[in-house]
Amino acid sequence: MSLPDPPQHASLAALRRLAPYIRPVRGRLLGAGLAMLVAMLAGLAIPLLIQRIVDGPLAEADPAGLVLLSAGILALGVTEAGLIYLRRALVARPTTEVEARMRTDLYHHLQYLPMAFHDRWPSGQLLSRAVSDLTTIRRFLAFVSILLVVNVLTVLVGLVVLVVLAPQLGLLVVLMAVPMVALCRHHEQHYGRVARRAQDQVGDLTTTVEEAALGIRVLKSFGRGPRATRAFLAQARALRRTELTKVRLLAALWAVIIALPELTMAALLGVGGYAVAAGSLTLGTLVGTVTILAYLRWPLESLGWLLAETSNAAAATTRYWEVRDVRRTLADPPRPRALARPVRGALRLEGVRFHYPGAAGEVLRGVDLEVRPGETVALVGATGSGKTTLTALVPRLADVTSGRITVDDVDVRHLPLAELRSVVAAAFEDPVLFSASVRENVALGALASGDDAVRRALRVARAEQFVEALPWGLDTRIGEQGLTLSGGQRQRLALARAVFADPAVLVLDDPLSALDVHTEAEVEAALRQVLRDVTALVVAHRPSTVQLADRVALLADGRIAAVGTHSELLAEVPEYRRLLSPAVDGSPRTANPGVGGTRRATNPSAEEVVR
Amino acid sequence: MTTPEEQWRGVATEDLERIDTATGLRLAARSRRLLGSLLRPHLRRVAVAAGLLVVDQAALLAGPLLIAAAIDRGIPAALAGRPGPLAWCIVGYAVAGAGDALLVRAFLRLSGRIGQDVLLDLRERVFAQIQRLSLAFHERYTSGRVISRLTSDLDSLQDLLDEGLDGFFVSLLSIVGIGTMLLVLDVPLGLVALTGFVPLVLLTRWYLRRSQHAYRGTRTWVARVIVQFVETMNGIRAVQAFRRESRNSALMDELSGTFAEANRVALGLIARFTATVRLVGNVSIAAVLLLGGLRVLDGSLELGALAAFVLYLRRFYDPLDQLAMFANSYSSAAAALEKISGVLEEHPTVVDPPRPRALPSPVRGEVTFAGVRFGYGSGPPVLPGLDLVLPAGQTVALVGPTGAGKSTVARLLARFYDPVAGEVRLDGVDLRWVAEAELRRAVVLVTQESFLFSGSVADNIALGSPSAARTDVVEAARAVGADEFIRALPEGYDTDVGKRGARLSAGQRQLVSFARALLADPAVLVLDEATALLDIPTERAAAAALRTVLAGRTALIIAHRLSTVLAADRVLVLADGVLVEDGPPDELVTGTGPFAALHSAWRAALA
Repeated sequence: MSLPDPPQHASLAALRRLAPYIRPVRGRLLGAGLAMLVAMLAGLAIPLLIQRIVDGPLAEADPAGLVLLSAGILALGVTEAGLIYLRRALVARPTTEVEARMRTDLYHHLQYLPMAFHDRWPSGQLLSRAVSDLTTIRRFLAFVSILLVVNVLTVLVGLVVLVVLAPQLGLLVVLMAVPMVALCRHHEQHYGRVARRAQDQVGDLTTTVEEAALGIRVLKSFGRGPRATRAFLAQARALRRTELTKVRLLAALWAVIIALPELTMAALLGVGGYAVAAGSLTLGTLVGTVTILAYLRWPLESLGWLLAETSNAAAATTRYWEVRDVRRTLADPPRPRALARPVRGALRLEGVRFHYPGAAGEVLRGVDLEVRPGETVALVGATGSGKTTLTALVPRLADVTSGRITVDDVDVRHLPLAELRSVVAAAFEDPVLFSASVRENVALGALASGDDAVRRALRVARAEQFVEALPWGLDTRIGEQGLTLSGGQRQRLALARAVFADPAVLVLDDPLSALDVHTEAEVEAALRQVLRDVTALVVAHRPSTVQLADRVALLADGRIAAVGTHSELLAEVPEYRRLLSPAVDGSPRTANPGVGGTRRATNPSAEEVVR
Repeated sequence: MTTPEEQWRGVATEDLERIDTATGLRLAARSRRLLGSLLRPHLRRVAVAAGLLVVDQAALLAGPLLIAAAIDRGIPAALAGRPGPLAWCIVGYAVAGAGDALLVRAFLRLSGRIGQDVLLDLRERVFAQIQRLSLAFHERYTSGRVISRLTSDLDSLQDLLDEGLDGFFVSLLSIVGIGTMLLVLDVPLGLVALTGFVPLVLLTRWYLRRSQHAYRGTRTWVARVIVQFVETMNGIRAVQAFRRESRNSALMDELSGTFAEANRVALGLIARFTATVRLVGNVSIAAVLLLGGLRVLDGSLELGALAAFVLYLRRFYDPLDQLAMFANSYSSAAAALEKISGVLEEHPTVVDPPRPRALPSPVRGEVTFAGVRFGYGSGPPVLPGLDLVLPAGQTVALVGPTGAGKSTVARLLARFYDPVAGEVRLDGVDLRWVAEAELRRAVVLVTQESFLFSGSVADNIALGSPSAARTDVVEAARAVGADEFIRALPEGYDTDVGKRGARLSAGQRQLVSFARALLADPAVLVLDEATALLDIPTERAAAAALRTVLAGRTALIIAHRLSTVLAADRVLVLADGVLVEDGPPDELVTGTGPFAALHSAWRAALA
């Protein structure tokens, strides 16, 4: 992937960025931590009572004392269990809420980022951030962070207890802790880098998966399924290598984390045992010390995977904020202006220039064009001349590089985005339908206006009939997850959407491209009705579409080369004639070159190589 | 069930299905079968890993025994002036500890490798299966769900393999090992301690059953979150242009919230599970201490043995959090495996023949539809019975109103579907008998969709023939009139097309996919509105290119523009799946049939 390698942050600095999300739920998280801490203390008190049993009732043959102390242990045990439940119950809601809120915020933020961002970022990388990375963060908050804090505290408290109980033995354990902490720190940094690489590779893999799923028809048509599988496998293998590096690092850490306490335990037995023999230590104290170290065994061992999970979470947080930190370059103006009501819909482009970030040259090099209120202007130009780019500038899907676009003499950049886009509606050559009901697709959430308004829009777009024929009418789910519609049906729905929005300015990018000749006439009639009352800029490829317009503008070399009526331009501008004059003289081709003409001879051996 | 969520989504057939108990059991069995088949190739290594764990557990169990020996034998001996036995106990303990560390390292490396191999194997199986399955599956199953199977569902399996396997083995071995040890140390006290295991087993069974259900919920909802996310990002232009952002955010909030709720249910189960397990553990420690203490008092048990007992019990109940995380990932992975195994058990409806028949070499390209009947799923027939012969080398235009079945004819010819009855033949061979690879070389379908993959322009054209040299790629681009604009791009043929080809205009994307088809050099080319988005001169250039490149190929062209249609050798008019007109365009134009009417309507539109 071509994304820049981010600077390596320390885990803690990365995790600190979770703060805004944790703050609202910190009470419950603290409560959970507290419950865990008390549970831990209750757990730690058990060995102390055991020591009392050994040195007291057992040494003095006092059955009543034994029963009493055992009851004390039972009470501590029940408390510990109850607090463990409390801790987990407290943590369930806030952490899942944090995950959901972070996801919604990411999603929300992404929706407002400019097209330039979306063209650059593979959506798999975005998806992996929204799902796998957030799962990692949730797991960190729910299990890891609390365990990490509490286990470190447990170890510290345990060490203090040990030192107080038997200073010489406690010191021994403290000595062991020093190299352990150093090793864990060193390891954590190394592991963090590998974890980040693994997550990026997961993002790349997700992109491949997404393309293979969405482009399945092309892959099938060319029989490239096996090839796609090979490419996918190569990426999956690279990910496996990274994961194995993680495994190796983790295994080494585990070995150290297990070996050090065990060796300390052996030393403790030695020093303690001989001290008991020498009479400087009671047997009960030795048993208590050994039991405490056994209690500390799990908190110590757990540090290995807790640190690994912390690294994962830190890398996930960094990845999350990488996207969240991208600024919304297309934002509401600081001091927005309002349009005078009613909106007249005068659209003017003045010296509009545009070039795509990173592209060599400008697509638009000073476009001047005026569309008067209620007028329809057709935009004609060769493939790749920048027509679609121009249509994207009006609703501010991208901003002009220089020059300006005004609606009713107000620069579109001075209007609140929501207002601008309610005044300007757009429909594109590639009508995107959402996996939702027909009603939702047309009204796009503005359901207050009721079904009648939706039906009216459908009627104008000549879509009412086929919608009525759908199995659940307006409720039928269409789009990817629902019923498949034909190109013409999709375009009519996109048109109905634009009609429903009831805009003052309508920008249509080749609205008739996917219609067959039969339907085209119908939609054309519908369009004519729609265009009567609004200002419209219509990108056109065909004479029939051009004829919907009052005037035609020819876009060539990034400028408006000519403006006039269809017949004027046809008569006066050769370039226009080339673009729009009927293609055919009506005489079909006669010669049939016959079999085996210019088709390349198949070379069987070369084909074998391909297989 | 009409939550607000259901309302905006609208209704589709798959919602009407429900999972009952019997289906649930069948699903569980299916995912267990899959897990078995994934582990089978690694049985030897799994056995080695299990062996390592057994030895490791032995080393672990030796610890408390040695401590007991040190207290009961070593210290009295040292008190009596013999330091030897205590020294042996200590050395033994150190060796066992170091051995434990090394064994754990070896085990983690081995089990990590097994886990990654299993995961890679499963990734390959699912991806290859997705590629193998017919279009009928994809249209029913949809890309969003395919994506979530291959991403988040596999993630949850990875989580299980990462942190679950050793936890599972360890707790299994702990039960057996510690149980035996306790009985060896002292039978009556051991029996008391072991009674605690009974509720533990019952509890685990309860938890696994309940959490299975909870995690099925999380898998379903995460898939919906993914679908919403992917759709929004792929349709971002429309989203922004129609101010759907806030509505979308509300929908995502709802989906994500329901997903969170499903997770919360699962977490609540874990809370109850772990707390109860800990309770059982603590109660048995108290009971053991009381009964054991009484026995120490009457002299039937040694103090060291009692200490060992308590240590063993604590060790068993200690890594609870890890056990809970294992149970957690297991349930999550099991739910994911159910969904994945469902995909893996799908059968392609369009099957590669076991004993394919060879096409003549070179392929001539004669296409025959013989009594072809077809309908989608259980829907009404689209083609009631089509008979049609396209002689080799002929360029045929197919016209007709929306829904007439034009695209269906194209899809049958490319064998995206098989006919319900009748045969589609290429050079006299039924397509069902042609090997997939050979068929794809002979027949290529280009649709209006023109999907571009991330990569350079050249990569995208070369998809038509991956072994093609750069000169061939350029030649194909030149033939369709795409060379000029490609050269004008910042890095020419090596320019990255951006996500879904965003760097190019729709017309340019169509030219690239057209060049891709030419480079594939098929005997039969099927164009389904492949030039609809081109402007007239470009289309004219493409049509002129077609005239040369189609020479010697059979071509079936579905086009809305009469200019393209008139350039064909022959025109077929399709209405409701039936051929209503068939002949050379110049003859049909002068006739009185539907095509003549179409033509005059078109002429009128131009005037």
